[in-house]
Amino acid sequence: MRKLILLIAAGALAAVTSVAGAATLDDVRAKGHVQCGINTGLPGFAFKDEAGDWQGFDVDYCKALAAAVFGDAGAVKYTNLTGATRFEALKAGEIDVLSRNTTWTYSRDNDLKLTFVGVNYYDGQGFIVNKALGVESAHDLEGASVCIQTGTTTELNLADFFRANGMSYEPVPIENNEEARQNYLAGRCDVYTTDRSGLAATRAALDNPDDHVVLPEIISKEPLGPLVRHGDDEWGDIARWTLNALILAEEYGIDSGNVNDLAQGTNNPEINRMLGTEGEFGAMLRLDQDWVVNVINAVGNYAEIFDRNIGPDTPIGLSRGVNASYLDGGILYAPPFR
Amino acid sequence: MERATHIVHEKAPTLPPPVMSVGIARWLKENLFSSASNIVLTFVVIYLLWLIIPPFLDWAIFDAVWVAASRAECWDTADGACWAVVVTRFDQFVYGDYPKSERWRANLAFVLLFVALAPVLYDRIPWRRHLVGFSICYPVVAYILLIGGLGLPEVETARFGGFLLTIVIGITGISASLPLGILLALGRQSDLFIIRVLCVAFIEFIRGVPLITLLFVASTLLNYFMPPGTSFNLLVRVLIMVTLFSAAYLAEVIRGGLQAMPAGQYEAAKSLGLPYWKTMRLVILPQALKISIPGIVNSFIALYKDTTLVIIIGLLDPLGIGKATLSDTTWQGLSTEVYIFVAIFFFLCCFGMSRYSAWLERRLHTGH
Repeated sequence: MRKLILLIAAGALAAVTSVAGAATLDDVRAKGHVQCGINTGLPGFAFKDEAGDWQGFDVDYCKALAAAVFGDAGAVKYTNLTGATRFEALKAGEIDVLSRNTTWTYSRDNDLKLTFVGVNYYDGQGFIVNKALGVESAHDLEGASVCIQTGTTTELNLADFFRANGMSYEPVPIENNEEARQNYLAGRCDVYTTDRSGLAATRAALDNPDDHVVLPEIISKEPLGPLVRHGDDEWGDIARWTLNALILAEEYGIDSGNVNDLAQGTNNPEINRMLGTEGEFGAMLRLDQDWVVNVINAVGNYAEIFDRNIGPDTPIGLSRGVNASYLDGGILYAPPFR
Repeated sequence: MERATHIVHEKAPTLPPPVMSVGIARWLKENLFSSASNIVLTFVVIYLLWLIIPPFLDWAIFDAVWVAASRAECWDTADGACWAVVVTRFDQFVYGDYPKSERWRANLAFVLLFVALAPVLYDRIPWRRHLVGFSICYPVVAYILLIGGLGLPEVETARFGGFLLTIVIGITGISASLPLGILLALGRQSDLFIIRVLCVAFIEFIRGVPLITLLFVASTLLNYFMPPGTSFNLLVRVLIMVTLFSAAYLAEVIRGGLQAMPAGQYEAAKSLGLPYWKTMRLVILPQALKISIPGIVNSFIALYKDTTLVIIIGLLDPLGIGKATLSDTTWQGLSTEVYIFVAIFFFLCCFGMSRYSAWLERRLHTGH
């Protein structure tokens, strides 16, 4: 029996190391598509449209990466992953990149041996209440019943927040956003707490969104971003700079409308370097010289992705807030392209 | 003086039985108004139904919206259910991501499924012998149709979804687990020590582990044991796990049937000189399986409903499609409609199975 266990363990180890050691870019090129792990359904971030195609903020990142590697945003296949299976799927090599509203934390980065390539959305846990309650701050929530998703970091954050402020609450455990919405509407809880992006989506689905208010307090840091396996820095760099290119493009005013004009050459050397008219920057990542042009043509810059999926004009209606470019008072900042 | 006589020559007219002792009236009297407490209960129940049913019908049918472009449009039109979400996404609920141009293959496989099932489920069908041959080939036919081969372009199993996925997992699990379950049940009663121990260990292990755990093993752990580069199809992994899980339960159900057989049946078969397999095939199993039918069908129904658990490992069964649809802000908030729709599908399938088993029991009832 012990021999068998050893054998299995050795096999597992061999599998893990060889997966981690492989050159992902070559594998991806060989199979002809990027295998991207996404949510099974999260409003604004990953959902199926009428045609049956996946859309959303996280999905657009997958398309951008496919455009960077292949020049074709369609060269991507999706694997739907739940919170419980996402990291295993990435580590086992079932997917090449995970773009599934995943919070960057110390232990995920180091203990799980994953590489977060950046932050594409700074989220944080908030509260939504009915305006009729007259609550204006989370500090007024003494004794409230709170709908809370079990088994998530939000549950722990909630406990921390109430303990730190010496308040009591009554948890109403629920499983997902939809269940939370039903319970909240039926009045089984006074407050619903989850990430503010989720709250915005929940509020959008209510009969009268204006009767409900998201409280100003943010009680946790939830920097969401795409991630790859440890051990293949080249692939990690491609994933990182795809995200950076989206952010930089907004900074330099490059969008899907003008990118082809700007790619003819401009007076701005940074734009020229990004769009491949100066230097040999594509080759450094073993990508095409005009890979950024392909990315922007496929999905637009960061602002376009944001506005299309979760921005103020969508039913979700999130404002940029801290997710604005640092030029506009946000904290979105990418290193220079040089 | 003549004795006065009073003789009735005509027959008394046949009167109809009292109104209260026939037909609906009798049924009502016996079942609903037989005692004071029953009368009270009847009226209470009628009142409750009055409270529940008309508003539900208003919501589900009379005030419902069948065609709309979004939830907002639904809610502007009427107060009832917004079935438009199910109508617009119907194809996705049925096929998942199965490519549009290839959907005829799924349809054909579905129709042929009934052709293949007919001779197995119903023994008086004409040309049964020939059709059984087709039933045996059906798994290969279905594989080629659904996945590809013989000139049909390949469709990845990752694109299977919706009811198609449920039916594939359900039917494969059911048809593969029954023979396996029979073998396990026989093995558990075997005189051969090693076979018995292996069967007992397998059954007890699988029964001792929740299906979700097995699905997680299928989706995450198995990949570590595979040589790198081979991607062992997730659907196949799930099918194996579901089949093994169901087989362990079936084995116990069938063992119950085997144990209900009087020892005389075994002895009679032995005294006729029948070898083991013939004893089982001709004498024991036909009787044991017959008395196990309710339990077997129970297991099948449980398995069929358990297929919804695959959403946990990211396969898009009807509930998964529902979640992906409800995440679209166009339709967000219509979970009631989506879940009722999916529930109706499952009810039809499971109720059908249960009716068939009731019919089969009556059919096989040889009265002893």
